[in-house]
Amino acid sequence: MNQLNVTIRQSSWRPRRFGVEESLLTIPRREAWQNPGAEPFVVIKNVSKEYDRVTPLRNVSLSIYKNELFSLLGGSGCGKTTLLRILAGFERPSSGKVFIDGVDITNIPVFKRPVNMMFQSYALFPHLNVFDNIAFGLKQDKLSKTLINDKVKEITKLVNLSGFEGSFPDQLSGGQKQRVALARCLVKQPKLLLLDEPMAALDKSLREVTQFELVNIQERIGVTFILVTHDQGEAMTMSSRMAVMEEGKIKQVGAPHDIYEFPNSKYVAEFVGRINFFEGIVLEHQLDQVLIESSEIGCVCNATLAGTVPVGTRVTYAVRPEKIMMSTLRPAYPRNWVKGVIKEIAYLGHISTYHVQIASGKVVVATLPNLLRLDDRNFQWEDEVYLFWRAENSIVLTT
Amino acid sequence: MNLGESSGVQRALDAVRNSALYKSVKNVKFFLALLPLSWLILFFLIPVMVILKISFANSVFGIPPFSEVFKWSANNIIEITLNIQNYLNIMGDSYYIQSFINSAILGTITTVTCAVFGFAMAYGIHCVRDGLRTPLLLLVSLSFWTSFLIRVYSWINMLSAHGVVNSFLIRIGLIDEPIRFIGNYYMVCIGLIYCYLPLMIFPIYSALEKIDKSCVESAWNLGCSISRTFWTLILPVSSSGLKAGCLLVGTASLAEFVIPELLGGSDSLTFGRVLWMEFFNNLDWPMTCALSISIIALFVIPLFICRDRERERN
Repeated sequence: MNQLNVTIRQSSWRPRRFGVEESLLTIPRREAWQNPGAEPFVVIKNVSKEYDRVTPLRNVSLSIYKNELFSLLGGSGCGKTTLLRILAGFERPSSGKVFIDGVDITNIPVFKRPVNMMFQSYALFPHLNVFDNIAFGLKQDKLSKTLINDKVKEITKLVNLSGFEGSFPDQLSGGQKQRVALARCLVKQPKLLLLDEPMAALDKSLREVTQFELVNIQERIGVTFILVTHDQGEAMTMSSRMAVMEEGKIKQVGAPHDIYEFPNSKYVAEFVGRINFFEGIVLEHQLDQVLIESSEIGCVCNATLAGTVPVGTRVTYAVRPEKIMMSTLRPAYPRNWVKGVIKEIAYLGHISTYHVQIASGKVVVATLPNLLRLDDRNFQWEDEVYLFWRAENSIVLTT
Repeated sequence: MNLGESSGVQRALDAVRNSALYKSVKNVKFFLALLPLSWLILFFLIPVMVILKISFANSVFGIPPFSEVFKWSANNIIEITLNIQNYLNIMGDSYYIQSFINSAILGTITTVTCAVFGFAMAYGIHCVRDGLRTPLLLLVSLSFWTSFLIRVYSWINMLSAHGVVNSFLIRIGLIDEPIRFIGNYYMVCIGLIYCYLPLMIFPIYSALEKIDKSCVESAWNLGCSISRTFWTLILPVSSSGLKAGCLLVGTASLAEFVIPELLGGSDSLTFGRVLWMEFFNNLDWPMTCALSISIIALFVIPLFICRDRERERN
């Protein structure tokens, strides 16, 4: 039973993102993290890390379920890499515990953990060829030569590296190096695979292909992945769930679309995509509907909000640029629109970004798909336009 | 749009490549390579050829103290007289052979000991925190700032019959008679190791510095304990530095004259001393040259063969 178990697995969360027809046909399944009875696979419990002067991690708790592709997202210095290194065992937490599959691994040394890590620099051994690089971990386990041969052969096939076994790392391209690094980790059949900025060293076109490749491999072998990245697009493309971190704390955990559409703070809202913020005061709150008066917009806006907000609270009203519509005609209804003048237009090919200055002087960003060719475009510089949006597409942030 | 731009860049690059300036810059590179090459030919290859020539001459009284190998006689004939007696003497005389063997043993012991201690020291310096590394390296190179001769001579001051160590031991009553430290091969070995250790530390240190830290972590991550990581990763990857250090220490200690002369006593028989005696005491230039050529053949040529074999393997 030492053979690698490469089975095609039906992912519990995949249909929703890739196959529209599938998600319509099948009854939406509850994800593991939505099921209160589900046992988390990786548990990070009140983990803090303190150095002499800096505190990269402050009381972080996180549960990750089996077969997830979980992303830790954050700017530099937010503690995401420290958390990854604690999981790998390169760092000991100052306090708190880490469990994998129910076992407390907080004090288990690096080389005895069922965890493998793929480094940002790939960290391939320069003196060994591709075969020996991949076989390195198996040799440490003192497996028989034929078994090592079989396993390496299988994994090189999986990552599409057959024929490169004799090459040395400095003869490989960036993408090939990355696949060797991945194979080297996967061949050990870890319970948990950690990836530190796996795409950082690849160029943009290769990055997109590799993101899907990595997700496919993860689906096929069914290993839990934890990925560290500063690129929100990468995290959103690949992950089942992600955690946004700032200053050693986790700001929000959730599926990519949840975090994008329902951020819980200004920081998260801004980090995962462009957004327009307006300061406002709550006028009225009935059921899930709020009325907000914003002097910055110059009108009363309404939005849906699940929680309760007392009347008179200062809040931030936020709308994402792609949720804003634009017209030269004045909307017929009294709320959720504002008049402005187009100051800048950025033509990006598939979309255009408009910077519209409104009466309060604030510049609102709106993106519109270029449905027409450039010459037939309706809007030009210095045009007076009306920006409007739907109440359910706006966000109310209390923090 | 993008395509046009790149072809424009391409055209500009081609224009630069075809310009006279670029070609002359390329020639400058060639001249830069020529400079060290001609230096080596002028001051290394030609002198070695001269030594090779003299090694086949006869020793005579006069100036110069050797016979001509190439003679231009009448009728436009070049007479070449090769005297191989010197080489036969070297091969037949146990005195020379013993000096070769002694030097080889001393060189090997020095190189191996330096390799072990040098690696340990280089690895130690590599492992300490950032701020300590430069001072430690400075301490290692500090020994180069003192004259080599003084450093060797101070060992005599320390260990001679009336030296610091013996005086101290007699003073505290541990011994009655001074111990004879100086004047044997052990002392020569200690002197060689002491002097040439820095030559080993620097190349190994620079090789260690080149190892990606995440490579080491990745070895741990793949199941290597810390000691196994050393044998399977750190040692093989830094072997280039180790080899360079061994080459430096090996060649330097092999031909060393001063240390055996000062610390080995009058009867120490090493290659460097034999060379000195043949040249300055016996004034036998051809013999000295033959000895020099022999040592090149014996120790340097195998090195080249080793290197070539390694190149083939890669």
